[in-house]
Amino acid sequence: MGVVADAWTWLATGSNWSGESGAWHRLGEHVYVSGVALLVACAIALPVALWLGHLGKGGALAVNISNVGRAIPVFAVLALFMLTPLRTAGYLPTIVALVLFAVPPLLTNAYVGMREVDRSVVEAARGMGMSGGQVFLRVELPLAYPLLMTGLRSAAVQVVATATIASMVGQGGLGRIITAGFNTYNTPQVVAGALLAAGLALLVEGALAVGARVMDPRRRRRPTRAALV
Amino acid sequence: MSTYAVSQTVHQAAQNCLVANDWICGEYLRTRSEELTEATLQHIWITAASVLIGLVVAFPLAVLVRARPRFAGPVLGLTTLLYTIPSLAMFSLLLPVFGLSAALVVTGLVLYSLTILVRNIMAGLEAVPEDAREAARGMGYGPWRMLWEVELPLALPALMAGVRIATVSTIALTTVGALVGKGGLGNLIDDGVQTTFKAQVLTASALCVLLAVTADLLLLGAQRLLTPWTRIRAVSKPAASKATASVATAPKAVV
Repeated sequence: MGVVADAWTWLATGSNWSGESGAWHRLGEHVYVSGVALLVACAIALPVALWLGHLGKGGALAVNISNVGRAIPVFAVLALFMLTPLRTAGYLPTIVALVLFAVPPLLTNAYVGMREVDRSVVEAARGMGMSGGQVFLRVELPLAYPLLMTGLRSAAVQVVATATIASMVGQGGLGRIITAGFNTYNTPQVVAGALLAAGLALLVEGALAVGARVMDPRRRRRPTRAALV
Repeated sequence: MSTYAVSQTVHQAAQNCLVANDWICGEYLRTRSEELTEATLQHIWITAASVLIGLVVAFPLAVLVRARPRFAGPVLGLTTLLYTIPSLAMFSLLLPVFGLSAALVVTGLVLYSLTILVRNIMAGLEAVPEDAREAARGMGYGPWRMLWEVELPLALPALMAGVRIATVSTIALTTVGALVGKGGLGNLIDDGVQTTFKAQVLTASALCVLLAVTADLLLLGAQRLLTPWTRIRAVSKPAASKATASVATAPKAVV
């Protein structure tokens, strides 16, 4: 496996990391567009999904939007954007495309999470005299939390992957190391870029998985219960 | 105006949409129909090969996990790990092994389809009622005959739900194969972006979505034909169809 060794040499060479097309700059671009897109997607999808879930309406929309998102190629959307005036707007075409593909998993999971909260628990909370807002904040939201975080994780992984494809239409990000390698028939560079992109995706997935477990609202109460047993 | 003059003006107007680089252009469809057909056929065979090979690999894995539950963690962990890797990176990592070939694209797509297929086949096998197994055992069915004649048919709705999701997302992902020149309609999108050819990008993109919708409907039809009993059950027990629907939405969204 000489290629792996060559890819490692590429990664270990300092000059490949510096400059406008260096790995640090590409990584920065990747994290920037992914972060902005994920925040915008959360700001759009979560209020809509949680509100619809609380009311128990719009289920068909929440589920179907996921299926529609699956059928549309990321590459096609990016390509179409690059042929519109958006092309000259810097990172905007990538960010808009990333938001479009991050919204479906967020929306679907948050909605399903809210709807799968045991109705008898919600009824009991109402019976205790909780208002709609209290039921939402103290009952539904904590119980929907696991699926909410699943949605966030899917969306984040989706966004990181989509940001890679943006390089195929000439936008920035880690994918550019790969496409530049293809253009110069430099296989070690292609593999090195792929390792960086895959590493970032796995890191994001892992960090969110750990973060979700640490921040689980029901986790804090569990140790005391375990101590009683 | 004579017929000749009319046809001449129509022809010029049609030519103009190529010159003006319009998004929608009938002349493009007419003059490049051969190229479009070729790209569509490549798209279809790459998708079909990927999903079929995916099924051939996923089925034994799901059966293995059911027989030896201690393999469940590693198998599910590995397929989820593969699913996390961005498609562009996956294809690039396979480059040293396969070179610039369709085998590279098919292998990458097979690895992605495994996540959805293994999960859905496992869910389907788990959902087989114990009564049905018990009855088959009582009738003297061996483990293999039971698998093929009792469990597989009963697991079909969940399996087909998985095949539909895998097929639709594979059709979308095939476009990324343009990276190595084997992306079906993705090749036309790639070419169109580089030459800012609007009609080509829009037509190829629309065909991709059309292909995904058609494949989904055909598979749904096939599922209905293969499992006529589910429709009867769906009428008397709506919960049954609801269960398959939730299986379909269960795996993580897309790549």
